[in-house]
Amino acid sequence: MIEEQPTIPIDADRLVAEVQALRNEGWRLVQIGATSLGDRFELNYSFDRELRFRNLRLQIASADARLPSVSGVYFCAFLYENELHDLFGIQFDGLVLDFKGSFYRTATPFPFAAAPATATPAKPTA
Amino acid sequence: MANRTIIPFGPQHPVLPEPIHLDLVCEDEKVIEAIPSIGFIHRGLERLVEKKDFQEFVFVAERICGICSFIHGQAYCQGVEEIMQLPVPPRAHYLRTIWGELSRIHSHLLWLGLMADGFGFESLFMHSWRVRERVLDIIEATTGGRVIFGTCKVGGVRRDIDAATMKEILVKLADIERETREIVQVFVNDGTVKHRLCGVGVLSRDEAYALGCVGPTLRASGWKSDTRKLGYAAFKDLTFEPITRTDGDCYARTAVRCDEIFQSFDLIRQAAGKMPEGEIAVKVTGNPTGEFFSRVEQPRGEVVYYIKANGTKNLQRFRVRTPTFANVAGLVKTLQGCDLADVPILILTIDPCISCTER
Repeated sequence: MIEEQPTIPIDADRLVAEVQALRNEGWRLVQIGATSLGDRFELNYSFDRELRFRNLRLQIASADARLPSVSGVYFCAFLYENELHDLFGIQFDGLVLDFKGSFYRTATPFPFAAAPATATPAKPTA
Repeated sequence: MANRTIIPFGPQHPVLPEPIHLDLVCEDEKVIEAIPSIGFIHRGLERLVEKKDFQEFVFVAERICGICSFIHGQAYCQGVEEIMQLPVPPRAHYLRTIWGELSRIHSHLLWLGLMADGFGFESLFMHSWRVRERVLDIIEATTGGRVIFGTCKVGGVRRDIDAATMKEILVKLADIERETREIVQVFVNDGTVKHRLCGVGVLSRDEAYALGCVGPTLRASGWKSDTRKLGYAAFKDLTFEPITRTDGDCYARTAVRCDEIFQSFDLIRQAAGKMPEGEIAVKVTGNPTGEFFSRVEQPRGEVVYYIKANGTKNLQRFRVRTPTFANVAGLVKTLQGCDLADVPILILTIDPCISCTER
């Protein structure tokens, strides 16, 4: 294992407070990403401090998905949150720089919102 | 108050190698605010994991970028290997390290050329790219490709470098290093270059960190942060320290990249000297189950590959956070309050790779 990657599950209503606490402790926001699980989105908020990695994870319903923005804590979060809006359709309340859907110019709206097609099990390799 | 004008900058502009658009809100010739937008060439490659199985997907990962392509492939393979707990042979780790550092050298030389072109030093641009060609020749001789190497695969690498070829490479690199020093001394010592770069686009230590900057952009503001210190590939066996500057301006970002070129020459020499004999790949059986955030230091900084697998041949989720994406917030900050004439230089000093960002 190259590095330990602890993942801490949190509730959406604790998101901003948890992120603020990490900011206060000197963590750098590494990325925010989402995975579509069908009726839910799984979101990862990743942080680094002196090459130690930490991940906050939460799940929200994919229907009318909405979260508070953490761009007031980390300004750079506006990039990730606009990306998540344009690719997954997740709404962020309180975005400091809201592109309102024009950050990415996708040919179809929210192209990553649907879960991947069920992958078929692979044949055993010889 | 002066009249405010919005100047659209890009997505196609003589100083922009790739498409990014900025709305520059100006008062006279002072930029008050810069609003970025991307997405002109977004390719949706992340969803291609639904079509390609996890072993062949490395070819897609490599094509995310035409400059640091090898390191994209490496980051992807490393992530899958971590999930599958594959015992990648040590020799493969060393070969990856050598090709990765060759990538860093040619990427930084490419950037130096673009930077010279950006501030109007045409002959310096030509010399930078002339030397870069010699690095590409080595890459072509050892991988068959010039920018898309195709040598990284899940479980190791596809090609080896024999001892005789490595010896020739080290001789060539010594010559390339000598030529690079002649070029670099112009970037770091020439009065006109320093006049153009010093004190321009300052990102303070706190700003660079809080804005999530990575790579040379972060290190030029005083942060000793380099993902290679995690010790992936052969870096755990090599001696090096992250290169930093403290001024946080365009000159500091240039100086960091200049020094990193020579650090890469040294790392290649170290890796060549310590490279163990043995296999270059292990056989991969089964499918991955699990997840991993694979972090690797590209020329532009830390790249993050999130890989989530559910035991099938196709990954459940594949996501890339590129260094350029992380540095956009820092770019927006440096543009606030700058002179309009400095905008091209400021954009160039984050070494933007929109192709990566539009994966």
